[in-house]
Amino acid sequence: MKTICLYFEIHQIIHLKRYRFFDIGRDHYYYDDYENERSINEIAEKSYLPALTALIEMAKENKKFFKVALSLSGVGLEQLEMHAPAVIEKLQELNETGCVEFLAEPYSHGLSSLANEECFAEDVKRMVKRIEQLFGQKPKVFRNSSLIYSDEIGAQVAALGFKGMLTEGAKHILGWKSPHYLYNCNLNPNLKLLLRDYNLSDDISLRFSNTSWSEYPLFADAYVDKIAKLPEEEQVINIFMELAALGIYQPLSSNIIEFLKAIPAAAKAKGITFSTPSEICGKMKPVGALDVPYPMSWTDEERDVSSWLGNQMQREAFNKLYSVADRVRICTDPRIKQDWDYLQASNNFNFMTTKSMKLSMNRGIYDSAYDAFTNYMNVLGDFISRVNAMYPVDMDNEELNSLLTTIKNQGLELEQKDKEIAKLQAKLAKLEAAAKPAVKKCAPKKAAKVEEPVAAPAAEPEKPKKKAAPKKK
Amino acid sequence: MKVLMFGWEFPPKIFGGLAVASYGITKGLSLQNDVETTFCLPHPCGEEENFLNILPMNQVPIAYRDHGYEYLKEHLPNMSPEDYYRFRDHIYADFNYMPVNELGCLHFDMGYGPNLNEEINNFSIVAGVVARAQEFDIIHAHDWLTFPAGVHAKMVSGKPLCIHVHATDYDRSRGNVNPTVYSIERNGMDHADCIMCVSELTRRTVIEKYGQDPKKCIAMHNAVYPLNEEYKAIVPQRKPNEKVVTFLGRITMQKGPEYFVEAAALVLQKTRNIRFCMAGSGDMMNAMIQLAAERGIADRFHFPGFQRGKQVYEAYKASDVFVMPSVSEPFGIAPLEAMQCGTPSIISKQSGCGEILDKVIKVDYWDINAMADAIYSVCENQSLYEFLRDEGIKEVDEITWEKVGLRIRKCYDQLLGK
Repeated sequence: MKTICLYFEIHQIIHLKRYRFFDIGRDHYYYDDYENERSINEIAEKSYLPALTALIEMAKENKKFFKVALSLSGVGLEQLEMHAPAVIEKLQELNETGCVEFLAEPYSHGLSSLANEECFAEDVKRMVKRIEQLFGQKPKVFRNSSLIYSDEIGAQVAALGFKGMLTEGAKHILGWKSPHYLYNCNLNPNLKLLLRDYNLSDDISLRFSNTSWSEYPLFADAYVDKIAKLPEEEQVINIFMELAALGIYQPLSSNIIEFLKAIPAAAKAKGITFSTPSEICGKMKPVGALDVPYPMSWTDEERDVSSWLGNQMQREAFNKLYSVADRVRICTDPRIKQDWDYLQASNNFNFMTTKSMKLSMNRGIYDSAYDAFTNYMNVLGDFISRVNAMYPVDMDNEELNSLLTTIKNQGLELEQKDKEIAKLQAKLAKLEAAAKPAVKKCAPKKAAKVEEPVAAPAAEPEKPKKKAAPKKK
Repeated sequence: MKVLMFGWEFPPKIFGGLAVASYGITKGLSLQNDVETTFCLPHPCGEEENFLNILPMNQVPIAYRDHGYEYLKEHLPNMSPEDYYRFRDHIYADFNYMPVNELGCLHFDMGYGPNLNEEINNFSIVAGVVARAQEFDIIHAHDWLTFPAGVHAKMVSGKPLCIHVHATDYDRSRGNVNPTVYSIERNGMDHADCIMCVSELTRRTVIEKYGQDPKKCIAMHNAVYPLNEEYKAIVPQRKPNEKVVTFLGRITMQKGPEYFVEAAALVLQKTRNIRFCMAGSGDMMNAMIQLAAERGIADRFHFPGFQRGKQVYEAYKASDVFVMPSVSEPFGIAPLEAMQCGTPSIISKQSGCGEILDKVIKVDYWDINAMADAIYSVCENQSLYEFLRDEGIKEVDEITWEKVGLRIRKCYDQLLGK
């Protein structure tokens, strides 16, 4: 029996503002608030809200039959929380129908999986936590930013405890194989891979409203027919796209929502079911391992990472950004952490692409790839100097880390000692109260004396920082 | 196919961009074997290349003078006596009242002399004789100086006229056009069957300011010649810890030099290891020297003066960034030359060459912040510098006169209804 695995992604970046090089060192706020608010509201209104409303309706009408998977990027989520909280309410409403599975992805929607293992792990764990908080589900299946996948990334994801992962059914990887089976990672067979059927997915997200397309207009029954006509053994049909495909890439006027709504009934008539990714991973056995030595993704014709790391400029920006990854991980300043998330978003690199494209590209506020690169490098210049100002540059990360660990351990120790003191004091007070009820008044004085020696070590953790400070100059 | 072309200058005597463009176009056309070009030049120096027939207009008779074969052979440096007799047979009016010399020919200055208007008229008179004597299929006139000649030739022969607009008076004057020039330009365009403009930008000017039918206006972008071995071999003089940013061109209102100085002042606020160089001369040079001093950047801002020949390429090669902030540039060949030397270019969006270039940074000429940012970025980010250098060379190598020649040929064919 065939099953459709429908999945939508929600992600919008935080747009950078026009940041000139003379702002470096003067201005540490990098974002275009107006553009952020405007764009997220436009997308929420034209796409997310109507699409989610439709999904809720579909879930209610086809109880237990219709299922869908969703994932959010952390930066997209922050945007929604700030400017369009109605979308989150809709997501929660959809969650209550019980037909939706939330997947995990890197919080920043960045390329950390290609750069820094620890940074990647942290990025993912943070998102898992957020999803749990918001929807009460712990994601078991993972999707990387833009479905980037390679054998090594698979192994990392498996080590993080995920049992499945979504990726692209790229032709150059699959060759004669079909994406309609479950595969597994070749470095860790426990990680199952669901591969996107790009033809069926792009029918909706790319071509639906294209009047010069030979299959225009596409109706739900014809679409489901295409699926039903696939060979009997090919059972998993993975249709993955961005949620913004419904309403933004394909305008609402093309009746894409009505098309979507008609799919469950058409599928039911053909005996095709819906499944969530984790159901598929649970029920089915993978047919074999997939060899992916070089990273692939769902972007562009090439289906690789060239739209973010295709030219020298993109690679320099990428290397510069991740050169401070370890520093940022150590640091605790919330603003640095936040900027780190926003700067990592892969869209920033995509704006710098110099590939000639068939589809006209939206470069945001930028005129050209060079403009995007210049602006980003200016911001990055300021960001890196801020990170470097936190800790001396000439101290290597290991040394710094061990110092910070010492400080942290000392802090823990102190905490423990504080607790002990409090306990002892309580005991003392009790004893004194039992022994000499008359001397009660003296007790607080004694307690104060005991505290004094504690105060001195408490100041200690500050010391290495202060000592280190003159070094940076 | 025989083309009768009118031009005002031709290498090796170069007065402006027109000579280079004329050379490129004729050379591009000459690569097609069946195109034969006769290029009418007011005053050739005799050292022009011989892939085309140069017709010296100062040796075409407009008044009858009886001279023997041997005498002519002695006194006509660039023309055969047979041609002289042929032209003499086609004199169409009595021009003895004109200041003709003993050969019955008119005198022309080389380049752009003080009595240019008169020379334009004289050129047209001589063109009448040529058009009657020569055999040709199509007329091609370069820039407003030769438009009257082109129109005259069309009137006489009835052959289609194709005019080539290398610049309009709107570009030269920032909007305050000279009425005499405008009327000559307008008249030429009105009579033309096809108007080739060096960029879409110029095409728009021709349509909007000169009221021409968009259907007969075609954007025909210029190209560049590959660097010759001598220039290729120039070893750039560079200091390791210092970047050089160059402006090269006439220091006039049209080229927007003041924006370059202002952008330099912004960059130098942030960093001191960049030098700025404004090469060229022009009526705004003194004002620019003063402006640089006012901004307090004179120690980092240099005026090496007018550069010629090889010096130009030495300047390109010694630079890390080339900037062309032109307020209005019909085409602008300089950035292409800089790119050939591997120097990244920043050009204004108001430059016609930007339409065919992708591996350059484009900013509005008035946006000094964006210009400063772009200069700083290329100087500071090695990857951007390398990308623009390597990809720039690749891009500019694809822009050849041969391709332009093919496109012009296509236009000719259409005009002739082939």
